[in-house]
Amino acid sequence: MKTHHNARGGKASGVRLFFRYILMAILCFLCLFFFYILIINATHSHFEIQRGFSFLPGSSFLMNLNNVLNDANIPVLSGIRNSLIVSGMSALLSVYFSALTAYGIYAYNFKFKKAAFTIIMLIMMMPTQVSAMGFVRLITAIGLKDTLVALFLPSIAAPIVFFFMKQYMESNLPMEIVEAARIDGCGEFYTFNRIVLPIIKPALAVQAIFGFVTAWNNYFLPALVIDSANKKTIPILIAQLRSADFLKFDMGKVYMMVLLAILPVVIVYLLLSKFIVRGVALGGVKQ
Amino acid sequence: MTPRALKSKKHSISYAKWGYRFIAPFFLVFAVFQLIPLLSTIYYSFFEFYRSGLKEIGPNFVGLENYRQLFATDLPKYMGNTVLLWIIGFVPQIVISLLLAAWFTDMRIRMRAQGFFKTVIYLPNLIMASAFAMLFFALFSDNGPINSLMLTFGWISQPIRYLSNVWTVRSMVGLMNFLMWFGNTTILLMAAVMGVDTGLYEAAEIDGCNSHQMFWKITMPLIRPILIYVIITSMIGGLQMFDVPQILTNGKGSPDRVATTIIMYLNNHMFSKNYGMAGAVSVVLFVISAVLCLVVFSVLTREDDGLTRAQRKELKKKGGKA
Repeated sequence: MKTHHNARGGKASGVRLFFRYILMAILCFLCLFFFYILIINATHSHFEIQRGFSFLPGSSFLMNLNNVLNDANIPVLSGIRNSLIVSGMSALLSVYFSALTAYGIYAYNFKFKKAAFTIIMLIMMMPTQVSAMGFVRLITAIGLKDTLVALFLPSIAAPIVFFFMKQYMESNLPMEIVEAARIDGCGEFYTFNRIVLPIIKPALAVQAIFGFVTAWNNYFLPALVIDSANKKTIPILIAQLRSADFLKFDMGKVYMMVLLAILPVVIVYLLLSKFIVRGVALGGVKQ
Repeated sequence: MTPRALKSKKHSISYAKWGYRFIAPFFLVFAVFQLIPLLSTIYYSFFEFYRSGLKEIGPNFVGLENYRQLFATDLPKYMGNTVLLWIIGFVPQIVISLLLAAWFTDMRIRMRAQGFFKTVIYLPNLIMASAFAMLFFALFSDNGPINSLMLTFGWISQPIRYLSNVWTVRSMVGLMNFLMWFGNTTILLMAAVMGVDTGLYEAAEIDGCNSHQMFWKITMPLIRPILIYVIITSMIGGLQMFDVPQILTNGKGSPDRVATTIIMYLNNHMFSKNYGMAGAVSVVLFVISAVLCLVVFSVLTREDDGLTRAQRKELKKKGGKA
């Protein structure tokens, strides 16, 4: 089959293929080149960086790392801890409660089922920024301003995750299993936790990764909610770095900080890339 | 209990209450953290309400005064900026993504290393946008690596001041948005193209169509719903553009506020605690988003016949008459 087509395509398709690979190479270069410079410069000292760019790694990696970790103005370690708490909790809450909601709408019949579904679909793509002002005033009023809880609690209502879960249930969760569980005397809640959740595990995992990454990268809302230095998340620290007096800054430190901010996500991605890319194609929805 | 509920209980166990219980947390949190804030945002947009020093002025009802002020002063400029920055990133994105999707799914000329390529082009999507912008800021600074490289290669004789030139700043924001999103779009469009019935291509081949014709006459019409979905969600994402220009220009949108987006403007009002104006900006954003959300809704709730809900209703009406 393959040889047949190649033979017929002949020389023309060879030229075409060549151009396609050239464009692909350029795009790959664009995607990777900036990260290459980032990694290289994170291993050079400030003076080496100021002297001009070198393609080879330097020997100041540990020194830069040490400088970043010991900078009292940029609490990186607590930043990483806060980011991990917020992202982990966001991922967990959004996945569990979205699955719960999706199951509620998928498995049961009730009067406002259709209305509930329509509402979620309508607000699915609504930017959270539209209610940000009211949100900040609200959490100030109920004493949640400047807390990490205010950053992850709202992820219980995650319409996009809901939509993905519902689609997944429709094609992977036969109602017969649920009915069998009922006959065996399982309670509804038990059925969901012990029977439904294991079946939809692949969907849970993909959405948990996306939920984690989205929260990890989120800058707008945390910057409005958090005031105390020891509660700041990584993106807020990056912004702080940017607004510092740049000319006096140790560039080795700047590159190292950026590297620390993106590294956890890159490592997870490289380990699970196949899984994640398939998740993007399957879900069809990611903000 | 109403008589009707009693009656249905006789026939079978009603699980309806479980449905409500399962969806309750979602709707409760949605109401508290999104709906109520949205309503209060809309409410305060009609008030003069800001902080001046330690004193809080208002809230005094002023009707549409905030909106009038918005449109009379800065908002049109920032809306224009946002649209322009979105277009600069989106046009190359959709062109490249369509091209790649068509190539990757081309049955006649198989491309190798697809898995590797998809992995690489999706990578920038997961990178923290603020860190990415910080990286670009460092790389493109006056004595940064990009200038240093270009000087070494002899391409330029003077460092280019990327961050103080209108078009280089715009291009950098566009380039970052392009890099962050073209992988995602490519994967979505590929999935759409692969969903097209291959029999159609075989039939077209027998009829003597070339690949150009196949792409424009078969692929494009059939992936239209996903294409619309991609365009509209990208528009909604573009409306929310914030991290990249904010960090790149340190919130100033410099030079001359050409990179100040709507959300950066909202952010400025929030930080200066001008609740009235912040509310009005939010409402404008809400109205635009609502229109776009309706389009997404109609695309996603489209059934297999390719019709939207409205179209089906129309059809039913016509059928009823006939």
